Amino acid sequence: MSMQFYAPPEQVMKDRADYARKNIARGRPLVAVTYEDGILLAAENLSRSLHKVSEIYDRIAFAGVGRYNEFDQLRVAGVRHADTKGYAYSREDVDARSLANSYAQFMGQVFTHELKPLEVEILVAELGVEPENDQLYHILYDGTVVDEERFTVLGGDAEEIASRMEQAFQDRWRLEEAVPAVVGALSGPDRSLEPAALEIAVLARSNGRRAFGRIGDGRLAEMLGDRPMATDGDDPHPPTDGVPTSDGDEVA
Amino acid sequence: MSLPLFATDSDPGPSFVDLLRTQGRAGPGSGSGGSSASAAGEIRHGTTIVALRYADGVIMAGDRRATEGHTIAHRRIDKVFAADRFSGVAIAGAAGPALEMVRLFQTQLEHYEKVEGATLSLEGKANQLSQMLRANLGMAMQGLAVLPLFAGWDELRRQGRIFTYDITGGRYEEADLHATGSGGRDARSAIKMGFREAMSRRDAVELAIAGLWEAADEDSATGGPDVVRGIYPSVATITAEGFDRLAEQEVAERFDDLIRAKGRRA
Repeated sequence: MSMQFYAPPEQVMKDRADYARKNIARGRPLVAVTYEDGILLAAENLSRSLHKVSEIYDRIAFAGVGRYNEFDQLRVAGVRHADTKGYAYSREDVDARSLANSYAQFMGQVFTHELKPLEVEILVAELGVEPENDQLYHILYDGTVVDEERFTVLGGDAEEIASRMEQAFQDRWRLEEAVPAVVGALSGPDRSLEPAALEIAVLARSNGRRAFGRIGDGRLAEMLGDRPMATDGDDPHPPTDGVPTSDGDEVA
Repeated sequence: MSLPLFATDSDPGPSFVDLLRTQGRAGPGSGSGGSSASAAGEIRHGTTIVALRYADGVIMAGDRRATEGHTIAHRRIDKVFAADRFSGVAIAGAAGPALEMVRLFQTQLEHYEKVEGATLSLEGKANQLSQMLRANLGMAMQGLAVLPLFAGWDELRRQGRIFTYDITGGRYEEADLHATGSGGRDARSAIKMGFREAMSRRDAVELAIAGLWEAADEDSATGGPDVVRGIYPSVATITAEGFDRLAEQEVAERFDDLIRAKGRRA
């Protein structure tokens, strides 16, 4: 018969939180910030195909840092949640708040009941019809939800990056202003980030029904200014990149 | 609503239809369909739809009438829809199940795209629609048949392609053109007579409209242009630029041309 040792709940929770925090802090950071036409999501990511930022629904995007398999599972669950809801009710009834709550419940449940907490921090961003309705829900490994209206930082060095963002942030700035500032905040004063090391996407009001779109290396290099063009322009046929569609985006 | 998470052995993958099934819900075709075909006279039917290839891709068009038996049930129903950015679907047959099938099809394509991070090939999309029709076979046998046309821009082959279906889900690729629905025969012969390889956009729109005109001329269930109310058939192009619906104004102008030409002949 195995001996069950007593461990005080405070200690158990603290150990789990430390474990999750340590592993999340090791991951590369991600910043989400509002700008005049929507929400900008920028992550340090060397991979071209394993995305940290992706589309959930017409006006909702998902971002995750930490363990890829864990946040990708959450991403797919979010797409399923949103598509099922939109199909059962209507596209307008799909909102980020209820999705963020579902995520928070699940992550809180895992944190208290499972052997190991999820080693992820995620973000659910929703584009409002008006800029003042833009929402950023930042959900921590233990299910804590923080909602932000200007910007939020996930992953390693979050505090330093947040203080740099605090200085750089301007209300209703243009995308061309926000991108270099956010990339600067991510990299810090001592190094610079190349377009190939970044994953940048937007939820833009001007994109039509599917507001999500990725910004390719070519356009990113242009926005970052003085850097040499890393590739020969944007990918002409991005797979899921909600490229602005005129009126071909209607639904029955 | 809790998060839809699955164990690896029961994961529905990128299919939205399979996801609905895991939740005990299913799309069109899952209903038992009532007693017999007697309902067929009282339910709404969509009528004539056409599709043809032209220089830049494909044109799809449909009239705007829905009928219930011998009465006109609706004058401005839309039968041509964007399935996703590079494909469209037009519907004829029982309007209720058809519209529901379009909604499921649109969701299915977008769901796959988001979960997988890649779009389905045009063939893949055509096969998905085929499976949905097969699931509807029970209802089709009881008089609630849905007959769609599917067309799109094939990004791999760089050309427009047209697919037709039967109620069993049989999928057939057409070389140049097709029309289905109650006025489909008349529309098809009109378009066949005027079809040329690599037509311009304007010629192709005119031909599609002429096809619908002939169908409305011969078939009571097909609606012609409604000049009094300003209701005109819906027309859309699908090219390398994506799905694009023509403004009603442009369709109205093409019909005015057609009516003037017919008037002179009479």
